[in-house]
Amino acid sequence: MSKVSVRFENVALAYGPTQVLRDITLTIEPGEFFALLGPSGSGKSTLLRVLAGFAQPDAGRVLVDGRDISRIPPWERDIGMVFQNYALWPHMTVARNVAFGLEERRLPRADIDRKVAAALQLVGLAELGVRRPSQLSGGQQQRVALARTIAIEPKVLLLDEPLSNLDAKLRVHMRSELLALQRKLGITTIFVTHDQEEALSIADRVAVLDQGVIQQTGTPMQLYDHPVNRFIAQFVGTINLFDGEVTRANGQATFVSTGLGRVAVAADAPANGRAQLAIRPHAIRLSGDESAREADRIWLEGTVIHREFLGEFVRYVVRIGDAELTADEPHYMGGRIYEPGEAVGAGIERAQFKLLAI
Amino acid sequence: MAPRRRREYSFAQAMVALLIGLFLFVFLAIPVFTVIYVAFTNADGSMTLSHFQSFFSLTLMRESFYNSLIVGGMSVVISSIFALPLAYFVTRFQFRGALLIQTLGVLPLIMPPFVGATAMQLLFGRSGSLNLVLGDWFGINLPIMEGLNAVIWVEALHYFPFILLNLIVALNNIDRAMEESAQNLGASGMRLFRRIVFPLAMPGYVAGAALVFLKVFDDVATPLVLNVTNILAAQAYLRITSIGIDDPIGYVASVIMVAASVVALWGSALALKNRDYATLQRGGSSLAVKKLKPWQAAIAYGWTVFVLLLVLSPHVGILLLSFSRVWSFSVIPEAYTLQNYATMFQDSPHMLWNSALYCGIAASLDVILGTAIAYLILRTRVPGRKLLDFAATSAVAIPGVVLGIGYLRTFRDFNVPFTDTPVASFWLIIALAYAVRRLPYALRSCTAALQQIHVAMEEAAQNLGANARRTITRVVVPLMAGGILAGFVTSFLTAAVELSATIMLVSATSDAPVSYGIYLYMQSIAGRGPGAALGVVAVLLVAIGTYASHRMVHSRAARLEVQNPVNDI
Repeated sequence: MSKVSVRFENVALAYGPTQVLRDITLTIEPGEFFALLGPSGSGKSTLLRVLAGFAQPDAGRVLVDGRDISRIPPWERDIGMVFQNYALWPHMTVARNVAFGLEERRLPRADIDRKVAAALQLVGLAELGVRRPSQLSGGQQQRVALARTIAIEPKVLLLDEPLSNLDAKLRVHMRSELLALQRKLGITTIFVTHDQEEALSIADRVAVLDQGVIQQTGTPMQLYDHPVNRFIAQFVGTINLFDGEVTRANGQATFVSTGLGRVAVAADAPANGRAQLAIRPHAIRLSGDESAREADRIWLEGTVIHREFLGEFVRYVVRIGDAELTADEPHYMGGRIYEPGEAVGAGIERAQFKLLAI
Repeated sequence: MAPRRRREYSFAQAMVALLIGLFLFVFLAIPVFTVIYVAFTNADGSMTLSHFQSFFSLTLMRESFYNSLIVGGMSVVISSIFALPLAYFVTRFQFRGALLIQTLGVLPLIMPPFVGATAMQLLFGRSGSLNLVLGDWFGINLPIMEGLNAVIWVEALHYFPFILLNLIVALNNIDRAMEESAQNLGASGMRLFRRIVFPLAMPGYVAGAALVFLKVFDDVATPLVLNVTNILAAQAYLRITSIGIDDPIGYVASVIMVAASVVALWGSALALKNRDYATLQRGGSSLAVKKLKPWQAAIAYGWTVFVLLLVLSPHVGILLLSFSRVWSFSVIPEAYTLQNYATMFQDSPHMLWNSALYCGIAASLDVILGTAIAYLILRTRVPGRKLLDFAATSAVAIPGVVLGIGYLRTFRDFNVPFTDTPVASFWLIIALAYAVRRLPYALRSCTAALQQIHVAMEEAAQNLGANARRTITRVVVPLMAGGILAGFVTSFLTAAVELSATIMLVSATSDAPVSYGIYLYMQSIAGRGPGAALGVVAVLLVAIGTYASHRMVHSRAARLEVQNPVNDI
């Protein structure tokens, strides 16, 4: 099967007064495992439905393999979609469900039977073709939905929150199975999720949507390390943000804020004026003992006001001036634990700063 | 970029909507508006209220108007007296009554009140079984079947299950947390029931009560069989059939009946408007069920048996009547015979055939229209779809007599193509009247069935290559089959016992369906036996049909177990 690209060009869509998608332009490379990540109501599912043909954009084009498909009805698009609630037809057996798309394509019976068996084999349900969907577990139903979609060998595979109906353990398991299957088939896959961990862990690239706008597109690591704005910074992972101002003098840039005081930043930081300094909680080191502080960190004096034990690490909230800082300390048996109320120094590593323009 | 005009509906959808609209316009809107128009205009077409003046200046009409209100209202009161304790027992106590309640629920469906009315005279009349016994033992005579009392008694006994069932559903839907939080705040016993439980169940009660009022107000056959003519429906019928199709008084009576129905429905809609607030939360459980103390059990079961005996009395009555040679001035018939059945089977095979034909046509039309309208409303953006829904549903508010009069007046001047028969006296018009009258029920059934189907079921089919038409035939209709079948059966069976429109529209005995046949028989003393026999046969057929369809729908539902994981995050 040849791999195809998908391209959205200036796609916009409104439901009444609500603008759901605004000027979306996005290219998904052939064979890519691509995630659309965003909070509920961000428009990510709608974008998927535009591609599948269930939502008509008010403006813009959708190209699959370079061909505009905007005017093709859903049933002629050859874009397979796995629905969030699986949408298995209860009046048909598992095998009839999987055969449906092949029957609609008027394939010879023998081919249909062969392809159904192969698809069920692929998802590990070869034995269950005679069952009814209601006789299967949630995880099995999901595999059937997947088998039903890949049986027609679609050009593009769409997965709409495919894991959200599974329990936590199964979700992690299915996640790696989905990835393995996608790698095996090599099919261009778009995956919608509101779970950043899910998106970061399996996608080649991720587009983060908020309020109908793509905020950033990139590899999971790019999103995490180089968020382009406050939304991305806060949505992908946990982060500390400080409001302040960047001033320049003699080729040196300085970030000034009430909480952190003056902090020297890289010269190529965003232009003068209001900005935000962002730093991940695990890039902050806590220390009570002044003599044991590394000099390459900026040390700020504060008070622990809250502590949360999360297993791998302990999450502290430290009050510094009138700012609050979240810091994650790795946890080892016998490690130093700070009590709420205890005075503590928070060491921020210069290399881990990120300045965001407002 | 300029916004592209979104294509919101297809040509085929618009055509289907137009055809349905046309059907409802011709067979519902025009006849009803004709009736209203005639009531408000002079012969020369000018507007007038003089017909209403003359209506209310006639003593008989004023009396009929009040009587109709009294009969409707008192039927609700008597029905409530039967229903309230039963609903209370069933929902609040460990009470083995599920089967009983189901039975009570279908009884009014399978036998209309007019069929049993004659038998009720023989059982509860002045010289009926009950009063003969009471007279012998205590020397008293209860005027149960005197005048309006007879109509109220017969109607209430038939229709109280509507209140009972609605009330039970409403009570069962109340979340136990509602009751427990009241208890937690210090309320208990009767006070709890009065302040929390009953107000929450009120909408259900009102819905049931409105339905009973509507049914009773609408019923023309029962009063006629019981020889009560001074009520509105009967007067509308008598004026048109005896004085003539041009007599405006009949139309005024019709307009008043429509108005009363609309008010009753409006009241129930108001009561139901905010009912969601009390419904069971997911994972919640319904009201606490208590164990009956022995004396309570005695009262509960005693009342239940008493009500059941009363409810079954018309059925038992016509059964006895159908086998009796003579039955008058005696507690039970004095001599038995099979002659009535012989006579009936000789006279009426064509009636059974007519009923099957008319009801078959009506029910088929209803499920086709119902499925189409449900689909248009829930799945398309065809303009005017809400109006279709409203129009189809509004048939509930049109009494059968009124629809019948409307048909007679509207279609008297049109001939059936290629013949000299006016459309108004063509047999098919009866089937069409049935279709229009039962459409709201079929539509509700189809809508409910389609609502159960998650849109994703259809989108998945389209995604896999099925076009709109193939999606409907391969996914939508098979998944709706249970609801469609239920709609068909309900339409068919309730049409089979319809008499209000039938009585207006049957123009030749050869066109008469079973319901009209029973009515005709019951007009004469000699006809009572064969009439009862025909009634028994009809009730048996209807009962078998109901049972079979319940079995089919249930086994289907159990097999499919439509799962739509509700999981929108």
